[in-house]
Amino acid sequence: MRPPIRDIAVVAFGQTDHRRTTEEQSEVEMLMPVLHQVLDATGLKTSDIGFTCSGSSDYLAGRAFSFTMALDGVGAWPPISESHVEMDGAWALYEAWTKLLTGDADTALVYSYGKSSPGSVRDVLTRQLDPYYVAPLWPDSVALAALQAQALIDAGHTDEPALAGVAARSRADAAGNPHAQLRGADVPHGDYVVQPLRTGDCPPIGDGAAAVILAAGDRARELCERPAWISGIDHRIEAHSLGVRDLTDSPSTRLAAENAGLFERPVDTAELHAPFSSQEVVLRKVLRLGDDVAVNPSGGALAANPVMAAGLIRIGEAAARIHRGESRRALAHATSGPCLQQNLVAVLEGRQGEDR
Amino acid sequence: MAVAPQPDILKAPLVVEFPFTRSLGPVQAAFLSGLRHRTVLGVRTTDDRVLVPPVEYDPVTAAEIRDLVEVGDTGTVTTWAWNPAPRRGQPLDTPFAWVLVKLDGADTALLHALDATGPDAVHSGLRVRVRWAAERTGAITDIACFEPDDSTPEQIRPAPHTGEFEDGVTGIVAAARLDYTYSPGGAQSRYINALADNRTVGERCPSCRKVYVPPRGACPTCGVATTEQVEVGPAGTVTTYCIVNVKAKNLDIELPYVYAHIALDGADLALHGRIGGIPYDQVRMGLRVEPVWTEGGRYPDHYRPTGEPDADYDTYKELI
Repeated sequence: MRPPIRDIAVVAFGQTDHRRTTEEQSEVEMLMPVLHQVLDATGLKTSDIGFTCSGSSDYLAGRAFSFTMALDGVGAWPPISESHVEMDGAWALYEAWTKLLTGDADTALVYSYGKSSPGSVRDVLTRQLDPYYVAPLWPDSVALAALQAQALIDAGHTDEPALAGVAARSRADAAGNPHAQLRGADVPHGDYVVQPLRTGDCPPIGDGAAAVILAAGDRARELCERPAWISGIDHRIEAHSLGVRDLTDSPSTRLAAENAGLFERPVDTAELHAPFSSQEVVLRKVLRLGDDVAVNPSGGALAANPVMAAGLIRIGEAAARIHRGESRRALAHATSGPCLQQNLVAVLEGRQGEDR
Repeated sequence: MAVAPQPDILKAPLVVEFPFTRSLGPVQAAFLSGLRHRTVLGVRTTDDRVLVPPVEYDPVTAAEIRDLVEVGDTGTVTTWAWNPAPRRGQPLDTPFAWVLVKLDGADTALLHALDATGPDAVHSGLRVRVRWAAERTGAITDIACFEPDDSTPEQIRPAPHTGEFEDGVTGIVAAARLDYTYSPGGAQSRYINALADNRTVGERCPSCRKVYVPPRGACPTCGVATTEQVEVGPAGTVTTYCIVNVKAKNLDIELPYVYAHIALDGADLALHGRIGGIPYDQVRMGLRVEPVWTEGGRYPDHYRPTGEPDADYDTYKELI
């Protein structure tokens, strides 16, 4: 892997408490406290930010142009340099990273939010599928994940008790995460939603937002005591037809990880965006994560899954571990689409001399 | 100054429903036309694999692929998932299995539903057969579902097919409906609740002191929450307007009529509304207007002239 041509780091991360519903708030009302949190952490004002990039989907809440209303929260008038992706905020972060690489900006504000509570997210997500052969059948997000889970079971990569174990470990780890929606050891595993996946194998449905500030070079060192340097980041996608793919594997994740330099040195932490317990099985395998790696110490997406923000939160959680001196080299992964369709891998590092 | 109280949470059902009209590429058109004639087509890739359902471009090499072949209507389940509670729009309304099926002669699998008695009757490797829909339109739903079958796999090389059918389709119309419970959030709930009380209430930015009407919860210049409620109007000034000559659906208003930007007194943002009570060709910038509320209305029906002298241009030029 060739190192990035410019040193860029995550210097601040914030997230809301993720809740089943935030019906008393509009998107911008939900988002603004998080924006202020990361700005306050760095001492930056909105007018100091060089580039702003957001990720969200209007389909989630059925609110047309909600992303333009969310822009009010960053003081976008008079017009600022900004962009939006109809994707998880992790991809907004990728765009911001490339913007900083060009040298056009030294700081970037990245945010994303999702309100799944107004609609039925299982059905909403069918609208992202192939419109000719798949979407007319309305296969919901749990059904597609269940097809992948059964393929993993048939191939001998996991079984239902092991999947329950992933779910239980995630919620138990989330006990230490005050923002998580499903926390603690007593979350029931429940009945089948779509067999072989039970309630506990599925992510909680809820609303939430997250924000990250990126900064380049010396600016990052000014803004953060221990920046989480992005030593590599890449994203790749699978063929779109589910029946073409080997659902027990994730070549796109493997390739993104190679390009991000993941395999050059070990990581101590991995924040994986695996909304379904079965997807962690795939990711652990292709990312070659051993038992010595802390996987999803935040609880991951099984503890809080604000759609469109959950991937950015993985990068933020991994970076926050480095900020706190709890990690030296961390992997963050984000996914989008059914059955790990598209995958982003980022490697974050703390540096010698910037330790506390 | 009134600090905004937490409003009652407003909620309303919202249905987003639309038909997507999509044109098909040559391979997709042949496949869906074939389903109408109980024929399943695949496409051969550059490395001699048969993709079902077929696509226009090779997923590995991106080469344009056009070699159509006919595969069987029997096949083998490669993975499955039992759906105990079918949802709206799904192929069956009784519990069924989602399946990926590799049809005989194909190298890839097709997603669909399997009508089976229960999860115990389904396993990967199960042999299945297409159950055709009684009425077929040239859509993936021409396959009603799959059903278990006792055939043995056929090891034949699928034969080429022209892809030409009588009454071939070139497009599909895919209906989509999503149901929501809409809630507008704090600032807009406060605004809407005040309107029901025949008052127009904006919100002031604590930083730049601008009053936004209608409020959206944040000042777009300062990026901070607007929390102080400010009653504005009721009268205001027309800052600009247009004459509408197109009849809107479900709107019983005589044409032509005037739609205007109106800066209510005390507001730093113009809202828009219809102007009535004056011939359309006499409406002008600077006209002073006031809202007209109808009995039980939750918002002004229209604005009418107050009879005051016109406002001086300098008093509203920043709000155009």
